[in-house]
Amino acid sequence: MITPQVLNEWYPVAMASQIRAGQRRETQLLGIPVTVKMSDGAVAVHGESDSFPVMERFGHVWTCLGSPAHDLFAVPEADQPGRRLVDVGVVRVKCSPLRAVENFLDIAHFPFVHTDILGAEPHTEVNRYEVQIREGSDEVWATKVTFYQPQAAKSAEGGIVTQYMYRVPAPTVSVLYKTCPVMPDAWDVIGIFVQPLTEELCDVWPWMALFDDVTPEAELIAFQQMIFLQDRSILENQIPRLLPLDPGMEIPTQADLSSIAYRRWLKKRGLTYGAQMVAA
Amino acid sequence: MIRLHDYVLSASCYKVRLMAALLGVRLDLEAVDFHPGRAHKSLAFRQLNPAGTLPVMVVDDLVLTESTAMLVYLARLAGPEWLGPGTPQASAQVQQWLAFSGRLAASLGLARLHDMLLYTGDIEALRRDGHLALRELESALTECRFAGHDWLVGTAPTIADIACFPNVALSQDGGVTLDPYPAIRLWSRRVRSLDRFVEMPGIHRLHELRPAPAEA
Repeated sequence: MITPQVLNEWYPVAMASQIRAGQRRETQLLGIPVTVKMSDGAVAVHGESDSFPVMERFGHVWTCLGSPAHDLFAVPEADQPGRRLVDVGVVRVKCSPLRAVENFLDIAHFPFVHTDILGAEPHTEVNRYEVQIREGSDEVWATKVTFYQPQAAKSAEGGIVTQYMYRVPAPTVSVLYKTCPVMPDAWDVIGIFVQPLTEELCDVWPWMALFDDVTPEAELIAFQQMIFLQDRSILENQIPRLLPLDPGMEIPTQADLSSIAYRRWLKKRGLTYGAQMVAA
Repeated sequence: MIRLHDYVLSASCYKVRLMAALLGVRLDLEAVDFHPGRAHKSLAFRQLNPAGTLPVMVVDDLVLTESTAMLVYLARLAGPEWLGPGTPQASAQVQQWLAFSGRLAASLGLARLHDMLLYTGDIEALRRDGHLALRELESALTECRFAGHDWLVGTAPTIADIACFPNVALSQDGGVTLDPYPAIRLWSRRVRSLDRFVEMPGIHRLHELRPAPAEA
């Protein structure tokens, strides 16, 4: 359902470097056809008759089909010296854009979907963690998340207990902070920017800001694509296809704390595109 | 040393990684930024493989650019039984399936690239061609079962099975379901049960089944 709140949010629509290299992207956003291309030396996003505001951040082009209710969220780490910013490229998934975000927040599936990489049996327990809606920024945050991981990142050698923080700064965006294997005092930052094509189809743009000056770029991209494509086949089989916001639909467990907070936050803010309001 | 220029999401690259794993052969993998970088179309890469395709296998002076040829190389090197029984009939059948795997790549494989990585193509035609190929495979595997065999050629797995497996197992990624093909699903399960099997994104390993409940 396209509410004004949905319309007034920012969404990713392209990789900035590809548009700047002269590519033209015919795509859609919230079911509305849009074109992303260079125009008079600047990146432009336009529909059949309108042109829309453009923001270039975190390697991607963002736009808003309504009147932007606020600035695009910040990721201060993106400007930190020494980090490598990696655009992982688009992957299309036949699922609700909200389900793509919710899956990104979920830890419990690691041993089963990302077996021997982000998790492994019998280390399946999700320890207690904390979830809050932050005042002011109005973002969902999950903190003090820990999980045993056989290969937490391309740069990891052997299993480690990884610490995580998760953040939902926009309805179709999630950013996570996880232990950086080569710099234990720093966080690696990984995001997924989800472009809602329709309520049941999305283009997902993973993005990373890492401390790792050793691994070749192609290997960093391959690692993240491997992880996300393991998720894709699961996401495409989730039922119902829309994300249920009716609390009567499912029985959550302790491990689903961040998912519950995300769903409540979406509902409270009227961000219902890709959501199922009443159990079918 | 066997170097494989590789892309983690490529069905053809996986074909070679799987064969090597089953044979216990170590590959030296070199990741190529196929997507989004299109590094396989760069001038530097085309000097290695003018066709600009993946995978590419390099062993000393030998440069192979066809995944089915790589299967033959690996099998001849480390497990000649994977080439089949060696009768005129069986050898020809193996070759026929290796060629058939190209049809799977040109239909199911392209449908997957269309649905997943936004490649252009006539998706309905690709899926239809995919189904036609799957029907042939289903029919052949059913005939094999009637003859008491589990595999495409003879009584043991061969490079023919490994050549055909990846694009079939990934067909769902391109919107083609395996629901109508029970013989294929059984065969896919058999491939995934092989000792030293490795998975790729979209192809899941068989998680160990729980022991049967004890009788009351």
